[in-house]
Amino acid sequence: MTGQNNSSKGIFLSIDWVTILLYVILIVWGWFSVCGACYDFNNPDLFSWETNSGKQIVWAGTSLVLAAVLMLIEKRFYDTAAFVIYGAMMILLAITIVIAPDTKGSRSWLPIGGSVKIQPAEFAKFAVALALGKLMGEYGFSIRKVKDIGTAIGLIFLPMILIIAQKETGSALVYFAFFLMLYREGMTGSLLFTGFACVVYFVVGLTFSQDHITNMPVSIGEFTVLLLGMSFTICMVWIYCRNLKAVKIMAYTCAGATLLAMLFSIYVIPFDVCYILFGLCILMIGYIIGLAIYTRMIRYGLIALFAIISTAFFYMTDTLFQHLDNHQRIRIEVLLGIKDDPRGAGYNVNQAKIAIGSGGLFGKGFLNGTQTKLRYVPEQHTDFIFCTVGEEEGFIGSAGVLIVYLLFIWRLIAVAERQTERMGRVYGYCVLSIFLFHLFINVGMVLGLTPVIGIPLPFFSYGGSSLWGFTLLLFIFLRMDAERNLKRQ
Amino acid sequence: MKNHVYDYRKFVLAGIALVIVLCYIVRLAFLQLSNEEYKSRADNNAFFNNVIFPARGVIYDRNGELLVYNQPAYDIMVIMREVHNLDTLDFCRTINITKKQFDDRMAQIKNRNKNPGYSTYTQQLFMPQISSEEYGILQEKLFRFHGFFIRERTIRRYATDHCAHILGDVAEVSQTEVDNDDYYDPGDYIGKQGVERSYETELRGVKGVQILLRDARGRIQGHYRNGVLDRKPIPGKNLTLSIDSKLQALGERLMEGKMGAIVAIEPKTGEILCMVSSPSYDPHRMEGKQRGTQMMDMQRDPLKPMLNRAIAGTYPPGSTFKTSQGLTFLQEGIITSSTAYPCYRGFVTKGMRVGCHGHGSPLPLIPAIATSCNGYFCWGLYHMLNNRTKYKNIQEAMTTWKDYMVSMGFGYKLGVDLPGEARGMIPNADYYDRRLGQWNALGVISIAIGQGEVTLTPLQIANLGATIANRGYYITPHIVKAIEDGKIADSLLVKHTTRVDTMYYNLVVEGMRKAVQGGTCRSANTSMYEVCGKTGTAQNRGKDHSAFMGFAPKNNPKIAIAVYVENGGFGATFGVPIGALMMEQFINGKLSPSSEARATSFQNRHIDYGTRER
Repeated sequence: MTGQNNSSKGIFLSIDWVTILLYVILIVWGWFSVCGACYDFNNPDLFSWETNSGKQIVWAGTSLVLAAVLMLIEKRFYDTAAFVIYGAMMILLAITIVIAPDTKGSRSWLPIGGSVKIQPAEFAKFAVALALGKLMGEYGFSIRKVKDIGTAIGLIFLPMILIIAQKETGSALVYFAFFLMLYREGMTGSLLFTGFACVVYFVVGLTFSQDHITNMPVSIGEFTVLLLGMSFTICMVWIYCRNLKAVKIMAYTCAGATLLAMLFSIYVIPFDVCYILFGLCILMIGYIIGLAIYTRMIRYGLIALFAIISTAFFYMTDTLFQHLDNHQRIRIEVLLGIKDDPRGAGYNVNQAKIAIGSGGLFGKGFLNGTQTKLRYVPEQHTDFIFCTVGEEEGFIGSAGVLIVYLLFIWRLIAVAERQTERMGRVYGYCVLSIFLFHLFINVGMVLGLTPVIGIPLPFFSYGGSSLWGFTLLLFIFLRMDAERNLKRQ
Repeated sequence: MKNHVYDYRKFVLAGIALVIVLCYIVRLAFLQLSNEEYKSRADNNAFFNNVIFPARGVIYDRNGELLVYNQPAYDIMVIMREVHNLDTLDFCRTINITKKQFDDRMAQIKNRNKNPGYSTYTQQLFMPQISSEEYGILQEKLFRFHGFFIRERTIRRYATDHCAHILGDVAEVSQTEVDNDDYYDPGDYIGKQGVERSYETELRGVKGVQILLRDARGRIQGHYRNGVLDRKPIPGKNLTLSIDSKLQALGERLMEGKMGAIVAIEPKTGEILCMVSSPSYDPHRMEGKQRGTQMMDMQRDPLKPMLNRAIAGTYPPGSTFKTSQGLTFLQEGIITSSTAYPCYRGFVTKGMRVGCHGHGSPLPLIPAIATSCNGYFCWGLYHMLNNRTKYKNIQEAMTTWKDYMVSMGFGYKLGVDLPGEARGMIPNADYYDRRLGQWNALGVISIAIGQGEVTLTPLQIANLGATIANRGYYITPHIVKAIEDGKIADSLLVKHTTRVDTMYYNLVVEGMRKAVQGGTCRSANTSMYEVCGKTGTAQNRGKDHSAFMGFAPKNNPKIAIAVYVENGGFGATFGVPIGALMMEQFINGKLSPSSEARATSFQNRHIDYGTRER
């Protein structure tokens, strides 16, 4: 009895109240934003069940109850049940594909009586995070072992595939956030760098694929991507292999050949310089493979692989692009400025920018925004909720939200780092990576910086499923954290 | 703990979060702080200014008889995306159009080149101004025609068949009018002619506005700030014209089949009692949607029915002008009341001859006016222009003469409150210097009898009558007597005194009285009141114009009048009898049975003008 009392008391004292305070700030701030976004001129009662703002109060209240309940469930339970929860959730996701009714082309919402619907994809994240924590917390797990890392990546990809099958590509992309956790746990940084390079190629290549260098039949996109690929490769040879001689040979050859080709194209016969660049890439890849064989260093092989991926990736993007859903392709095109048609596909982002831009320094005041209330911004209370913050609270308010988020994520890093067991830390990093990814994509798309992918801004976007999902994710972690001192007693 | 080697990576991740947030804050600063454009685009997006049109002021005649009023009209509007399951044939039958007209109109609405503001979400004008009867039939079936609506508007209606030129009309604003005046937006109505135009600002009132919030689909969501910024429309002011509509009607009747004008003025006030321009048109032709085609027809008409000849037509005044000459010579001391000039069937000197009809000779001013002696006034001007004791040279004499004419309201616009007034022509010394080089009195002598270069508008001739009736002054002639809750412009009430003394006017009045009693205007004589008058027979390329200028009663005059009938022959042929009937109508309020019979006979006497372009 005394032991139990002590542990309860210890847990209460060990709860990370800083995180909870930030959580409450975000939820309350989010509620005001939903009020602004959903305010109906004909029904100004913010607390009525008829309005979204009234419903959001209920979702927030039940979230707090959920949080309290979660604080009572011991870590041991998750330790035992992680894979069971994961399995159950995957089955639920699979069932959803079959039984969910078609909502705007996606089959991700399960009706639970009346008008209440839940989206299992929102709850799958915590199950995946738990499973990853359990897997990587096992004694003997090593990220260097192909079997171990393969299992971890498999745990991530399975729900992604199921969610893509529900036609919710946006929600599926969130699972890429787990790679941030893997990076923290020792995954090689070059993988993260390769991912970054892919994004750059994709964006640059597509943005400028239609533009040509003045007076030359050369696509700026193709040219830049190939040049970037070569530069990255040469840099990697320098950083990872420290082979100055090889770096010099490659750098001078590439620079010299490219320059000559361009001069020839300008002054003698205009031709597509990209053919030369493509040839240089092939030569370079051959040279690095030769080095790999000669020196027997696996790093050269990996760099060669990166170079091949770089070159191939660009030529694959066009094909890849065709595989995206039509609305997603258009959204990416719009983001990249390829199709800037204010009444067409660019409408969402354009209206979002108008709404935010019209806020000015201090904003128009609570409930005084016109753009978000009059439905100029589509999905204004869910995916585009940040517009309301921008319009009604201005630069001060929106920068404030971002800063609170930054503090929240930093705090979660600190809390994750103080975990005594690997499972706790892995889970913690999963949680914060997901929040960071949501913030990055959601705010980025509203500001016109990232593709328009329909994922919510945690605690701000209207909706019970997402609020409960994020609460679940967070408070399991806070309970794990609260137990950190118990083991030592 | 394992993996201590990777501890630094927590800083990498914290740094990634920091970089993302910083990038976004910079982006926010760019969007929100450096750029005003988004703010104005937001306002354009969200605010819908719903304009509420005020009722246009109505127009009465001087006796309170209603002339112009407003009537509700109904525009058929359509919202394209709400049109479905339309029984096109039934719809066409209901509003009396063919299927082809329907298809053409729908295609026109959808054509963004012709209809730049087109949106499938907002109301588009399908058909303007259907009648109340058509509206009644359509309204019963409207529930079946999804997407079609009725918008109420008012159109101008006329309670009179007369006064077309005075009243003018109302039509949609032109692009120039929108550009020149911030008040107007495309599609607004504006007065185009007549009083509707000159009193546009009084009649139109002030538009009201409701500031509404509009959503992304153009649907109205409510009042902005509960309507505190809304403005109620201020109705236009009603006008009372100085026109006597009975007199106007008689004038138009008498001028049937003739070209010319009648203007009558109340001398004491300058109020215009009637202003007939012939040919005229029925103001009803300008009502509603037929205006465009009717305008086109009238503009093509060689007789120019749209032209208000009373103020825009300039004619040689003929002998009516002699009164002004007599006044000038008297004031300048060229003649006295007893100065007599010879006239042997005309003004004959140095191989120059201006013909005249037979009468006693020589004669002084009063009988010269009564008999309309050409010789007398030619001699007068001849002596004035050649008087080198009074004037240094002929230029100075001419300038003096011109100043007299201008003081009587000639040569410049009188400033009547109607658009399109012409100024007429009074030559001056400079004009002759340029035109003739060396010139002398004989070369310009015909201006003394209202011929040659001199032209006046019928309004100026009537105003001459009013000036003589007032014995030396006139009030700016004006057509609006009163503005409800307002004041007519001070410039319309100014008293203009001529350069001639009242005592000389009395002599001219005497001459005009004699003309009626036993001179050229005998047929205007009546026992009911003392009429004073002066005929005019103006030579021109075709048959002479017939003119009359007069007033009555001689003492305390109630009406001054000018009648001008193009190609009517002698002044006595049309001018005098028409003038006499008009004066009788106004002074007695009605015509005697014999006058009524005479009026009908004049109404039926038409002049053949051929089809020559004028």
